[in-house]
Amino acid sequence: MADVTMTVWRGDPSGGAFTDYVMPAVEGEVVLDVLHRIQAGPAPDLACRWNCKAGKCGSCSAEINGRPALMCMTRVDELPVGEPIVVAPMRTFPIIRDLVTDVSFNYTMARQVPPLAPRAPDAPDGTYRMMQIDVERGQEFRKCIECFMCQDVCHVIRDHEENKTQYAGPRMFIRFMELESHPLDTNDRRELLRQKMGLGMCNITKCCTEVCPEHIKITDNAIIPLKERVVDSAYDPVAWLGRKILRRTKRSAAEADADAPAKTHPTSADGPTPTPTAGIAASS
Amino acid sequence: MSREGDELGVSTVEDLRPVPVMLGGVRGGPDARTLRRDRWWGSPLVTAGFLSAFIVYSTWAVFQNSDYFVGASAHRDLISPFYSPCLTYSCGLAGGSGRGWLFIAWWTISPGILVLGGPLGFRLTCYYYRKAYYRSFWQSPPACAVADGHGSYSGETRFPLILQNIHRYFFFIALIFNVILTIDAVMAFRLPGDGGIGVSLGTVVLVINATLLWLYSASCHACRHMCGGNVKQFSKHPVRHRVWKFLTPLNARHMQFAWASLTFVAVADIYVRLVASGAFHDPKIF
Repeated sequence: MADVTMTVWRGDPSGGAFTDYVMPAVEGEVVLDVLHRIQAGPAPDLACRWNCKAGKCGSCSAEINGRPALMCMTRVDELPVGEPIVVAPMRTFPIIRDLVTDVSFNYTMARQVPPLAPRAPDAPDGTYRMMQIDVERGQEFRKCIECFMCQDVCHVIRDHEENKTQYAGPRMFIRFMELESHPLDTNDRRELLRQKMGLGMCNITKCCTEVCPEHIKITDNAIIPLKERVVDSAYDPVAWLGRKILRRTKRSAAEADADAPAKTHPTSADGPTPTPTAGIAASS
Repeated sequence: MSREGDELGVSTVEDLRPVPVMLGGVRGGPDARTLRRDRWWGSPLVTAGFLSAFIVYSTWAVFQNSDYFVGASAHRDLISPFYSPCLTYSCGLAGGSGRGWLFIAWWTISPGILVLGGPLGFRLTCYYYRKAYYRSFWQSPPACAVADGHGSYSGETRFPLILQNIHRYFFFIALIFNVILTIDAVMAFRLPGDGGIGVSLGTVVLVINATLLWLYSASCHACRHMCGGNVKQFSKHPVRHRVWKFLTPLNARHMQFAWASLTFVAVADIYVRLVASGAFHDPKIF
């Protein structure tokens, strides 16, 4: 078989450049296989994350020929023949070295997602009763492997670094939707999504859905339903009037806490801020 | 729309303890707009071309103020979707088939302008069309992993784009138009002076047009949300769950219905225009 040319970004925060590696082609290989042969041969110091090689750990995210993709799930023979394969680190996150980026932004945003606040137990022994149709909607979102390619490709933060302070991103939005559609949950995260998590920044161009290796319908099943729920609470005058007439007003946290059947948990920000190093360790 | 659980909901916004986000850091890769080498520009180019062609044609058609209705004199009852419901006195002159109680006498320019806002607003605020024109016209972004090139970005958080949130009201308006265009399609089964009731090619065109519009509306994201998506416990709302389950596969084809219905609105107008101008005789099928 012919040789395969791999053009790999080599560098760190002080700078970098693409380096070409010409390797003999091996049938059936994925991009990560070739990188491993580069590590075993001409560039033993080449840095890249990987773990499962099965598309389930979300570690080997990179940009292959300009598109976010898992290196372990991208077959070399599916890429254009006779052209170099360009492998670059994820653009949205700061580089650490070569193909390794600091994805701690995602963990910072994850810590601000208010967790499940369950209602009172259904049975005296503290257990709950849930029907399958109540829980199956959120199961799609639990397929997320946290590769963060949806965060990487989202132009809201990819092209506008300043938005990172006010934008949770697609990965967090599916977590929000999983909780918002949970049959036991009593937290109301709609104003949080509108005011602090930047749901309105998303202009639903669906790139997150396009790159998701788990084929989660991020936009159709999470972001748009969340936007509609925010419309229910903030932008729909008829709904507002209906709530006034029916007296279904949102109560303050203190009022609800006073007579809530179960203890609510407003946020998960109860531990030390993870350092970038801790974030990297968690993803590899 | 209120949702189940509102009375229990604890708003979490006051309780947020923000964790500072560290900005900056050097990004990897070259400072290029994109590293993609495929034809990423193809899709936004085709979208922009098609939408532009539709905008140009529909603008021209709406301002024509002629050849939008085929009446009893031609043994047919066909009306262009751009002009329905026809609300002006000129429609009565054109033989507007019993809908004269709505006619506005003082409106002398094209009646199409009167009814343009509803369907236009529905499509402008549609979740699919937003993707289409944000990518193809706004270049925000033109394609995935291609830089949008804008200096700053606030999405749909400010005026005027915050008005996208009223999509559900345009959905209700669109439903009214769907009913009217369905009535038009039913009326097209009348072949006055040509056998009373029958089916012509024009009938088929208007029926397909109305069907595609219903599919486009039924697959709307706001419709899916209001019919069942806002329910937290489906087991307590079995009917809404069944409706939601029915609408979900339609919703997955919203883009296809959007294009098909848009195309067929133009096709229906062209067909009626050709028949009304005498350039083409609407053939009777049976």
